[in-house]
Amino acid sequence: MSATNSDRPRKKLVQVQHLKQYFNPGKPNEVKAIDDISFDIYEGETFGLVGESGSGKSTTGRSIIRLYNPTSGKILFDGQDISRIKHRDMLEFRREMQMIFQDPYASLNPRMKVKDIIAEGLDVHHLVKNDQERDARVNELLNLVGLSRDHATRYPHEFSGGQRQRIGIARALAVQPRFIIADEPISALDVSIQAQVVNLLREIQQEQNLTYLFIAHDLSMVKYISDRIAVMHNGRLMELAAADEVYNHPLHPYTKSLLSAVPRPDPMYERSRHRTDYDDSIEFDNHPRTLQEIVPGHFVFAAADELADYQATAEKYLHEASALGKSPLNA
Amino acid sequence: MEKILDVKNLQINFATFAGQVQAIRDVSFHLNKGETLAIVGESGSGKSVTVRSIMGLLANNAHIVGGEIDFKDQDILSMTDRQIENLRGNDISMIFQDPMTSLDPTMPIGKQVAEPLLIHGQMNKAAAMARAEEVLELVGITNAKNRMKDYPHQFSGGQRQRVVIAMAIVNYPEILIADEPTTALDVTIQAQIIDLMKDLQRKIDTSIIFITHDLGVVAGIADRVAVMYAGKIVEYGTVDEIFYDPKHPYTWGLLNSMPTLDTHSEKLYAIPGTPPNLLDPPDGDAFAPRNPYALAIDHEAMPPFFKVTNTHYAATWLLHPDAPSIEPPAAIQQRQQLYRDLIASGQIGTFPQKETDKNVSN
Repeated sequence: MSATNSDRPRKKLVQVQHLKQYFNPGKPNEVKAIDDISFDIYEGETFGLVGESGSGKSTTGRSIIRLYNPTSGKILFDGQDISRIKHRDMLEFRREMQMIFQDPYASLNPRMKVKDIIAEGLDVHHLVKNDQERDARVNELLNLVGLSRDHATRYPHEFSGGQRQRIGIARALAVQPRFIIADEPISALDVSIQAQVVNLLREIQQEQNLTYLFIAHDLSMVKYISDRIAVMHNGRLMELAAADEVYNHPLHPYTKSLLSAVPRPDPMYERSRHRTDYDDSIEFDNHPRTLQEIVPGHFVFAAADELADYQATAEKYLHEASALGKSPLNA
Repeated sequence: MEKILDVKNLQINFATFAGQVQAIRDVSFHLNKGETLAIVGESGSGKSVTVRSIMGLLANNAHIVGGEIDFKDQDILSMTDRQIENLRGNDISMIFQDPMTSLDPTMPIGKQVAEPLLIHGQMNKAAAMARAEEVLELVGITNAKNRMKDYPHQFSGGQRQRVVIAMAIVNYPEILIADEPTTALDVTIQAQIIDLMKDLQRKIDTSIIFITHDLGVVAGIADRVAVMYAGKIVEYGTVDEIFYDPKHPYTWGLLNSMPTLDTHSEKLYAIPGTPPNLLDPPDGDAFAPRNPYALAIDHEAMPPFFKVTNTHYAATWLLHPDAPSIEPPAAIQQRQQLYRDLIASGQIGTFPQKETDKNVSN
């Protein structure tokens, strides 16, 4: 994990402030996909966003890169508000932030050659002067993601899922972005290939000091790759803390229920597993709730009268080794 | 233990423009009454094709080159279409991966769940609808009576999968085949569906074949596990044997490449390379090119199954008495150590069943 323990104050690369993203606002079928969320992503870190389908995690990623126009709130990239700027001005920011999509089959144009897919960003942003330079850059990128230059003139259908995801990564890296939003980049891949792609993403991050927003529902993989994690539910952030903290010392009942449902490749653990159910009606008791810092760096979505309880739980964790049943594999 | 299903030396090819794809290459396994067998493997390993052949649901370009599938001593592969249809309605049923596409959007769910009973003429309409309601209640659809006339779009993904399960168990089948039934679902819903299936298994005493690529899910649901790679089973055994004492390097790789909530290492173990092209499968062990532990013979000759215990077999030359002894990856050694400890402390039995398996070559 990158640059988390440095002493110097970390730079906030992305700041999301009171972001709301409503679909069909004011109509009977209004959907509050994101309902007032705020968080910062520091330069060089991997920020994991987890939640079940419909929680608003993908919408968050898409709003940040302005695939949607936010209903209200601010998105600051490197200090500049990009939530209201015009499409033409957005072009400049899109060079700095790129996206890797979930489905490597649907996100590559089947009628374009791999080299044209990868170089599309270079062309749009006029980053290469001539064909020679373009080919050289494409080869360099193919090499970076573990493909060979022979692949440049082929079409997407000639590649496996894992190779296609590598092409998607090369395309995102082409314009030398600083920030990458990876929306479930490995969910569609086989187990044996997932590890290859995750390792590649980490290697590139270290080489190029990239910042990632990693969106996923696979909690084990998110914990592995992320420095900090936010847990999202019903369009709101339930909990935000360092990755280990979220997993070892979960505070919010939703996080606890999510963790208790993660299956582990360990039959003894599975036999003794106790699932905790979560009833989301407690979110709708009309108590005003916001993200509150319970211990330094560990935030939970809480009302004023719940703070004491959360603090007591956090206190208790200090005296216990771990909240969750330890797997015998790790005992 | 009573064998309810016995698959012997199954071979299935698919005719494509490029030639014959050898999707299933000599697969044998059996299912005991009342147990859950998990078949694990990545896409293209042949796990779905295997179970579809049991249901008689293979695509038109597939042909069965050899083998037999015995259901209660009757070979399914030599049955007439009519007999197979009868089998599907009464004895074996299947849950598919995607709850969105396995329900008819234009038909109320009550009618969909009752349909198998009506088609196979087991009961009249009133009785069938009553049974459908009972089963919907059983799978945890709250207020089932009033929801019988609702359409699939009025249910959430998890509820829809419950409806699909209700449809599959409405005639209390002897065998339930579940093809990645939880892959499209969130972890919380996944956990509920798995608990539901375990619960149903106890209630209606069915045997389950569970197909998945998620080893976490397997650890929670399976009694026995078969690991498939490139159209063959490479290792099978009880769930404890596969997870705590795996012998095949492919199983090692699979277990190793999954991060658990406890993984901290800088780099994940990744199985290098990609699966072979089954148009022209290699002569030796299909996993050899990706296997850091491959011996010279792995590239030349297909390894037979070597016996580890009465219930545990693995097809790798590493188990041959003359093979050099190698050291498995550290995480696997940790699992094997734990296994020895668990057996020593009596927390895991060693399952001394008497069983002669036809898979073992001499």
